[in-house]
This record gives sequence, C-alpha cells and structure tokens, in this order.
Amino acid sequence: MADTATSLQRPLRTPRLALRFDLRRLLAPAIGWIAPALLVVVWQGSASLGWLPDSLLPSPLAVLAAGWRLTLSGELPRNVEVSFLRAFAGLVVGGAIGFGFGLANGLSRASDRLTDTTLQMARNIPHLALIPLVIVWFGIDEAAKLFLVALGVFFPIYANTLHGVRAVDLQLVEMAKSYGMRRLELFSRVILPGALPSIFVGLRYALGVMWLTLIVAETIAAQSGVGYMAMQAREFLQLDVVVLAIVIYALLGKLADVVVRALERACLAWRPLHGD
Amino acid sequence: MSLAEAASPRRAAADAPAASLKLRTIVKAFGAKKVLRGLDLDILAGQFVAVIGRSGCGKSTLLRLIAGLDAPDAGAIHFDGGDDLVPRVMFQEPRLLPWANVIANVEIGLGARRREAGARRRALDALAAVGLADRAADWPGTLSGGQKQRVALARALVSRPCVLALDEPLGALDALTRIEMQSLLETAWRREGFTALLVTHDVAEAATLADRIVLLEDGAVALDLEVALPRPRLRGSPEFGRLEETILGRLHSPSRGA
Repeated sequence: MADTATSLQRPLRTPRLALRFDLRRLLAPAIGWIAPALLVVVWQGSASLGWLPDSLLPSPLAVLAAGWRLTLSGELPRNVEVSFLRAFAGLVVGGAIGFGFGLANGLSRASDRLTDTTLQMARNIPHLALIPLVIVWFGIDEAAKLFLVALGVFFPIYANTLHGVRAVDLQLVEMAKSYGMRRLELFSRVILPGALPSIFVGLRYALGVMWLTLIVAETIAAQSGVGYMAMQAREFLQLDVVVLAIVIYALLGKLADVVVRALERACLAWRPLHGD
Repeated sequence: MSLAEAASPRRAAADAPAASLKLRTIVKAFGAKKVLRGLDLDILAGQFVAVIGRSGCGKSTLLRLIAGLDAPDAGAIHFDGGDDLVPRVMFQEPRLLPWANVIANVEIGLGARRREAGARRRALDALAAVGLADRAADWPGTLSGGQKQRVALARALVSRPCVLALDEPLGALDALTRIEMQSLLETAWRREGFTALLVTHDVAEAATLADRIVLLEDGAVALDLEVALPRPRLRGSPEFGRLEETILGRLHSPSRGA
C-alpha cells in the first residue's frame, strides 16, 4: 500500500515542482518592477479621476504624449544626445585622470607622497560649489559641463582605484614574482585584475555623481540638453515636459547601471557572486 | 639500509636537473630578534630534506632565504649542479590567481616559456599528473582546498625545478587529503629527481617523505638525522614508530646535546 502510494505521488510531484520553479524564474526579474508599475497606475488613476490637477502633476499619459510630440519635432532626441555626450565625455576624461592617479599612487610611493595630500584636500570641496567660478571661467560653454562632470567623477574613481591597487593580495604578488613575472606582466595579470572589483565600485559611484552633476549644470548654465529642456518648459508652464525630463534622467541612469552590471559580469566572472 | 640505497631508484632515473645547496653561517634577524644565528647546512642534489621544529624556530625563514624570497643578513647560499637555478616554492596557501582558470594558473609555472609552442600541452600534462585534467577550464574558486594545492603543485612541477621548497603546503588539509598529497608529492619527486626541501611541523609527514630530517632549534641545527627506511614507507611499521619517537622525544626535551 505504502509503495503504491509513493509511486503514485512521485510522477505527480515532479512536474508540479518543475512548474513552480519555472514560474519563479520567469517572475524573478519582474518583481522589481511591481512597485514602479503600481505607482504609475495609481498616478494615472488619480489624474483621470481629477484628484491630481494638471497644473501640479500631469498624468503619465500626458507625459508620454509630450515625449512623442518632442520626439517627432526632433527636440527630444537632440537634447538627449547632447546630455548623453556630455555625461560620457566627462566620465571618460575625469575617469581616465582618476584611474591614472589611482594607479600611479597605488604603485609608486613617490607619486603617492607627491599628490595624495593635494588630491584628498581638493576632495573635500563639493565640486558643485565651483559652479559660479566655472561660469566665470568657461561661460556656459560645453567646457563648463565637461569640467564639472570630470571633476565629479574623478574622486570616486581615484579613491577606489587607489584602494583596489593597495588591497591586492601581497601573497599573490610574491607568488607571481617568484615565478619570474616582472613589471608589466605583474601589473596586467595580478595587480589590475585584483583591483578591478574595487574599480567597479568606484565606477558605479561615479555614474551617480555624473548624472547629478550634469542635471545641476544643465539647469543652471546651459543652452541645450535635457536639463535645459526642463528649465525652458518651466518658463512656459509645460509641466508634462518637466516630468518627461525627470523620467529621461531616471532612464539614462538605469541604462548606465545596466551597462556597468553587464561589464562586471563579463570582467568579474570568476567571482562566485556573479555566477548567475 | 643506507641513505644511498634508499634513494637509489630515483637517482638512477635522475637525468633531470637537481641542484645541491651549501648554506654557510646564515644570519637573519627581524628587528632585535635573531631568527637564524649562523646556520650551516649542506644538501645533496636530489635529496629530500625535511626541516622541522617548533613554531618560531626559524624554519619558514630558512625556506624563504633558500627560495630567494628574502635575503640573509649575513652568510651565503650556494647552488650547484643545475642550469635554471631559480628554486620553486609551494606556499602554505595555494596562492592561485582567482581570475585565471586552472590551466592558466598552471602555465604561470612555465614563466617566460609560457609563449613557446607546446606550453599548453606541458601544462595539461602537469595537471593530469595531479589528477585534475578535467578541471582545466574551471575557476580556482570552485575547487576544494586539496584540489587547489594540487594545482599549486602542478604549477611548481611544470617548470621542472631543480630545487622545490615546500613551506608547510599540506598544513591546512584534512588528514586523508594530506596523505594523498604526500604520496603525490613523493611520486613527483621520484619521477623528476629535484632537490626537495620541506618545512613542516608534522613529524609523521617528515618521516614519511624525507631522506633526511633536520631539526631546527633557536636558529641553528639541533638534530640532523638520516632516514634509511625503504619507500614507500609504512606508517604502521616499528622502524617508522621508533623514528617518530626519536624526533618527538628531541622536540619535547629541548635540552642541548641530547
């Protein structure tokens, strides 16, 4: 009796488990989107019912419509492109300088003594406090935005690269040296890969600073870009465009995060964390 | 049985390079603490020497000097008899690069010859010799502690060293894995014919593997014992037990001139 019972149960149980497992796998990535989706539904609902006046907050559909209108006119793609290029150029310039100083100061005592104190002092100045000065120096030109973004992303990349290089396991370095690895090979095969997880932490942090800096710079001193588009819209009381700009910033931020995650998965595949 | 007879099966096949070592009045101090005080030691080419002693007796320091990882404050170390006189080290920890797969870690042992034709083949052979050919493409993080040390052994052996310095490489392994590793090590040594210098605190391990056991005390050689038991050695045998007792007795009563 007991035998038949178990043999009957077994084939039943397996597909049910498999089904539940598959559902979970399908739903797992979607779970994070439940709250934002719910928010949009509630937002649209209260706008449609007239609880939320357009003069305070336009409905999601109105924002979408504004997005479509500005896409057709070419204004939105142009401004997004300008903002994206500014962000990217600032990240490349500031990131490269930060990465360079981080490596130099992590690898060379002399370089560290020479520059670290200066860099640490400069770090304590909020870079956005320089905006008035930057406007005087560069006007509201591209150089102003590039300077501010580059300055903003410099420190997180510098500090984390430096930390990563210093935290490289000295036992591995000793092993590599005992097998005859010298400067360049030691750097590319041991030190850089060892510092990479920390460098990625710096990169993620830098991306946050990058968008923040760009938003502030574009709202205060710009003649194009998503931030400029939002400020113009405010003058004409086009709240749908203002909200659209905010949504665009959120999407660009999310996009940058997705790209970095993909890069991490590719570069840090050896870490058990990144197994799935 | 004499030392020469015990070592003969390996010697006969030893066309592989091996180096003899001469250490003369080696002094090494860390700050005010003198770890090695005028140590003299001669090691024959192809000999398997175990260095034992209490922790802090200077055995690991001695190994690091021989391996060239540190320099002595005074005295000299001479190598004779091999072309490539870079001693290979097997550390207490596996020290595998976590971001390189298993086979790439083994290839590190080839040094600059890694780019030569047939390098991959040699690395794979070395990996097969330690029984891990099927893990070549895996990350070190997926291996057990014993498997990691086997990869480290393959990395050390692939360079065909003339001297292999082993710094308690089996210390962190469980008893069973440790015995497996010991026989793997012995097989490799008999096949390759290198000079082996094993630092350990495990008397049974020293008695299993070594031609000669050197006991360090206060930075100098306190006991120098030739082991003439036939290989592979049986841990249960009365001779083995007597040898272990001799050494343990000396370790427990550190009076001079025992």
